[in-house]
Amino acid sequence: MVETIDINKIFDVAAVRKNFPALDREVKGKPLVYFDNAATTQKPQVVIDALVNYYSNYNANIHRGIHTLAEEATAAFEATRDTAQKFLNAETREQIIFTGGTTEGINLVAQTWGRQNIKAGDEIIISNMEHHSNIVPWYILAQEKGAVLKVIPINENGELIMEEFEKLLSEKTKLVSIVHVSNALGTINPVKTIIEKAHAVGAVVLVDGAQSSVHLDIDVQDLDCDFFVLSSHKVYGPTGVGVLYGKKNLLESMPPYQGGGEMIREVYFDNITYNDLPYKYEAGTPNIADTVAFKAALDFTKAIGKEKIRRHENELLHYATELLEQIEGLRIIGKAKNKISVISFVVDKVHPQDLGILLDNRGIAVRTGHHCAQPLMDCYRIPGTTRASFAMYNTKQEIDALIAGLHKAIKMLA
Amino acid sequence: MMNDHKTIEETEQEIIEEFSLFDSWDDKYEYIIDLGKKLLPLDDQYKKDENKVKGCQSTVWLVADYKDGRIYYKAESDAVIVKGLISMLIRVLSGQTPDDIVNAKLDFIREIGMMSHLAQTRSNGLLAMVKQMKNYALAFKLKHETAN
Repeated sequence: MVETIDINKIFDVAAVRKNFPALDREVKGKPLVYFDNAATTQKPQVVIDALVNYYSNYNANIHRGIHTLAEEATAAFEATRDTAQKFLNAETREQIIFTGGTTEGINLVAQTWGRQNIKAGDEIIISNMEHHSNIVPWYILAQEKGAVLKVIPINENGELIMEEFEKLLSEKTKLVSIVHVSNALGTINPVKTIIEKAHAVGAVVLVDGAQSSVHLDIDVQDLDCDFFVLSSHKVYGPTGVGVLYGKKNLLESMPPYQGGGEMIREVYFDNITYNDLPYKYEAGTPNIADTVAFKAALDFTKAIGKEKIRRHENELLHYATELLEQIEGLRIIGKAKNKISVISFVVDKVHPQDLGILLDNRGIAVRTGHHCAQPLMDCYRIPGTTRASFAMYNTKQEIDALIAGLHKAIKMLA
Repeated sequence: MMNDHKTIEETEQEIIEEFSLFDSWDDKYEYIIDLGKKLLPLDDQYKKDENKVKGCQSTVWLVADYKDGRIYYKAESDAVIVKGLISMLIRVLSGQTPDDIVNAKLDFIREIGMMSHLAQTRSNGLLAMVKQMKNYALAFKLKHETAN
């Protein structure tokens, strides 16, 4: 009999794990089980090597130098822009603006496009499941301009109530800023529909892709979003780098964000002209090393294959959900039909912090608390949850360790 | 009253000796959890915002009374491990003089292996709790000195 295998379906988690040196360590005498991936992912060796290589061999300030090192550094920095463009399927490389991360991306849009376009009485729509970084910048802007923040409510499963969203839309709506995937619930929001409906009333849409970028295929042209923001460190890359994608006409018409070097063309004391995209929004010396190494993270993810990773993570999600649901008194918060590999839960009469401490004592890293989404926690009337979030390198054995750890912890705490 | 005859260091030494009997972390935490469960609940009238200790992932309420030159603490939390840690702090500090409390080094926390709970990264509030207890001591001390 001839055996056939589909090479595309092979996902060797043991081989994948070997790329991540941090996974080898022990915590409290136990092998580390890292389930805090929604906060930040571990870094593959290729990313660490890219950082070391940059500092060891071609560290130089970019764009202005005429010497070889500056040329090499500039080429590597700009190569990440090309890779990021492909990663998001952006129309042009000029539409990829490097930021410090998702938070800065959102603040940049609020302080430039927002200040230019939001007026008293205008409405900005966000949702009940936003991270604080997609609430506070708009709150600040609304306070300054006398604009109004409107909030899309969620149902018990942790899904947006789309009928309510439609009711909120009007000619007053100037912006919809929405999270693609909830960091606390794992819910995948129907952003394409949201964008369509928002555009129908003439509103601009920003998609917060902090959580979605690592799990989903992102195509900003297909989504037709006006802005898309992400963080490198949640996609296996270094901290301190992010991407802001914007539609060209918007990026061109917006005023600059920070003033300084690199973002100008000509400077006289009575007249300053600004640089072209993307440099207009990249004042000062950027985070060169981390941006250079971010390319290695994107290449690595691509080489393994996002679809294969997704299939593996979904398997972990279903496996963990099934086992967690069997634990008496445990309630999963966020049961959306479309979810990425994030599970938040609460246990009767047990404080998440106690669970977090006892799990850490067994080498298991989970996140506990409000996950920077206090309005969401208020909505569920809970102070916080315990959250396990899975990445490409996690295994079913690790989930077994979590379940065993939970049983033991709950027994101790009950 | 607690600690009428023991110094802060003496009570700390007692706790260190108690913890030396445990072989494993699980045993230590089981003991702390047990202390937490046994901590007398704080009367609801004290559970208001002004008594909350800031910087805690869990909610911690702390109140202090001053009587005959000594300070007496009462506290509670919604998380049981924190409650257990609080219980130990109260055992060590309650009934002591403001001066002794302000100067207490509280080395027992390190000795029993609970130092990680004092780290800035752990927002579970032991550090904030200790600070708040010392702040009360300092406030009572100043008030008392001014009154004299």
